[in-house]
Amino acid sequence: MLLKDIIEKLELKVLNLANQDIDVKDAYASDLLSDVMGKAKTGQIWVTLQTHKNVSAICSLKDLAAVIIIGNGKPDDDMLEHAKLEDVCVLSTAESCFDICGKLYGLIKSEV
Amino acid sequence: MELSFKIEGGNFSGAGSASSEVKRTLKQLDVDASQIKRIVIALYEAEINVVAHAFGGKIEVKISADKVFARIQDQGPGIADISKAMQEGYSTASSKVREMGFGAGMGLPNIKSNVDVFDIQSVVNEGTVLEMTFYLS
Repeated sequence: MLLKDIIEKLELKVLNLANQDIDVKDAYASDLLSDVMGKAKTGQIWVTLQTHKNVSAICSLKDLAAVIIIGNGKPDDDMLEHAKLEDVCVLSTAESCFDICGKLYGLIKSEV
Repeated sequence: MELSFKIEGGNFSGAGSASSEVKRTLKQLDVDASQIKRIVIALYEAEINVVAHAFGGKIEVKISADKVFARIQDQGPGIADISKAMQEGYSTASSKVREMGFGAGMGLPNIKSNVDVFDIQSVVNEGTVLEMTFYLS
């Protein structure tokens, strides 16, 4: 499903828009940055509660489609600045990790 | 081609900038995407290790047609027991570093599984030198 359709259906708050026409087929949920660095794959959406600049650095280095920050977390200013420079899509939601992952799974995996 | 970068210990905000610069260069040189991926994972982890544990350090990267060589040297506490540090899950990171989602004890194992030749030398209270080679063919 296209990232822009996922954003609309899950009513995600857009903090920095990029990659909206990427066809997203998978996602990865983790708060350990080395875990994401080692195991997340190009084009995935990353779900996390982390909000610092290294999150956007990893999105950019790993060519992830977007990051969704859970629980209404607010990214640090330098994370958003970096995201704008590097075209990293930053989204947020008030939902918990479990709830947003469940909904995301339903949307993406129902297409596969 | 040779690139070199300084790393400042404790500066998490600057972490990853050397890895992004190397990624950009490798892309411009048309290096295969799967090769770039593993080089970037290893280099980023090495960069984070210096930021999280050392006072400062430098990264030197040599790119040639058939391989990429990286040497990361830091001034810091060193690693007392390298075989322990290589075990997944073992970490001496501070609680501040762990709160950021680092220090899960996955850095060195992540590096090792992405490089072709791996060498680490460390002297306690002096620092650590990590050398990594990636063959491109």
